[in-house]
Amino acid sequence: MFDDLRDLYQEVIFDHNRNPRNFRVMENADRKVEGFNPLCGDRLTLYLKMDGDRITDASFQGSGCAISTASVSLMTEIVKGKTEQEAEDLFKKFHEMTTGKDEQINLEAVGKLAVLAGVREYPARVKCATLAWHTLDAALKN
Amino acid sequence: MTNFPVEKIRADFPILAEKIRNKPLVYLDNAASCQKPQAVIDSIVHLYSHDYANVHRGVHTLSVRSTAKFEGARTKVKDFINAASEKEIIFVRGATEAINLVAQTYGKANIKAGDEILITAMEHHSNIVPWQMLCEQTGAILKVAPINLQGELIYDEFEKLISDKTRLVSVVHMSNALGTINPVKQIIAAAHAKGIPVLLDGAQAIPHMAVDVQDLDCDFYVFSGHKLYAPSGIGVLYGKQALLEAMPPYQGGGDMIRKVTFEETEYNVLPYKFEAGTPNIADVVGLGAAIDYLNAIGMDNIAAYETELLDYATAKAKQIKGLRIIGEAEHKGAILSFVLDKIHPHDIGTMLDSLGIAIRAGHHCAMPVMDFFEVPATARASFAMYNTKEEIDVLMKGIESLIEVFG
Repeated sequence: MFDDLRDLYQEVIFDHNRNPRNFRVMENADRKVEGFNPLCGDRLTLYLKMDGDRITDASFQGSGCAISTASVSLMTEIVKGKTEQEAEDLFKKFHEMTTGKDEQINLEAVGKLAVLAGVREYPARVKCATLAWHTLDAALKN
Repeated sequence: MTNFPVEKIRADFPILAEKIRNKPLVYLDNAASCQKPQAVIDSIVHLYSHDYANVHRGVHTLSVRSTAKFEGARTKVKDFINAASEKEIIFVRGATEAINLVAQTYGKANIKAGDEILITAMEHHSNIVPWQMLCEQTGAILKVAPINLQGELIYDEFEKLISDKTRLVSVVHMSNALGTINPVKQIIAAAHAKGIPVLLDGAQAIPHMAVDVQDLDCDFYVFSGHKLYAPSGIGVLYGKQALLEAMPPYQGGGDMIRKVTFEETEYNVLPYKFEAGTPNIADVVGLGAAIDYLNAIGMDNIAAYETELLDYATAKAKQIKGLRIIGEAEHKGAILSFVLDKIHPHDIGTMLDSLGIAIRAGHHCAMPVMDFFEVPATARASFAMYNTKEEIDVLMKGIESLIEVFG
């Protein structure tokens, strides 16, 4: 019935929505930042554990739509072990993938985040996917 | 209401023939904005093609024609809400501007530090923020009457909040997020017993029921054209003549003056005192055409048909496991707000869109209402006179299917 949506709602997204990874409060977090999308009411709290400029652990709490939950869940997995610079570079690539006008998108550069590429076709939903990353960006810059 | 001419009405709305994502459009976002009948579209095309010039200015033929159409629409609005005089009908951009106008003219002239403005917990942002701004400017206090879990005003609490300091009551006639229709006559009588004027926000009520401002005895009534099958960008402030006469003007400019020198300006009479600058002529004419169209069907017939649609949709929705209706007031207009277990309203909105169904997903510009029900957002199907039971069936089937997919 929802064939048109297969690119947007891939099975990986349903999986992360049903069972979000790293969905926990982190005691002794080095960074804790709230993300809020006033348009849809999505809220999340992102926790980071740092070793110098390297992210050693990431977790989150909050509620949102399937796209935003899957996006933050995937993000917490992928940024673990990355330096701040590597995480920022990934954010840039992710941002290009979700908002870019370019027909050619480098899906390999973003690894498993590529499952979120479908939001490009849904301008109203791009913010759902990028909320997590904007929150991470704020956490790294504070 | 099996004889309600819904198929004939549908044929009058060209957009209803659109295909969305290769499916027939099921338009259920009417509380956000309604679609327009051909008669409204034609009225604007006709004006610009044959009768257009600026109003109230020229002696030439087109200006006379344009003014006649413009002022003719004002009379239609007056009759539609049964105001006593055209002087009480002020054209503005929409309900939001109308409330801001009252706040910044009546409010600034009559409300001082320590005074109170009373609203309800079901207001949308346009009946909250203008009062907050006025409170910031004057030191007045905003009081909020609570609602219950059905989404109804707790009337006793409301009455208790009417105090010696209350200077204005501003209440939504019908809630956009919940569908609740407030006991406005009771509210007005209680406020008037203490000499307090009442503004009714009729943005949502006006397309769904006959409104008689003299019978209601409200002091101000505001609504937007775009929810009344008329163009966007036009709305109405009704005010009792004596109140409007005593109010200072809103914006300064042409048309709102009688005589200007550099030393002083004499303001124009009602309603022009509040209509500075060239007005939105074409959309006023469109509003007049929408009112003609609605009068031909009859507001009471529309109300009865929409009640039937709402009852049908509510009964069907209650059969869906995991669906919770937000807003179950006893007295309710054709709005069905709901949430689904573990499925965010934005996912519901995108999924239904892929089936050609347009609903609203979000906070409906009523964040305090969302907070009260402890939901970040709701999905909202809002019905108009051109919707059908078959469309409601399509909606319910869509909801059941997406629950399955999310499983």
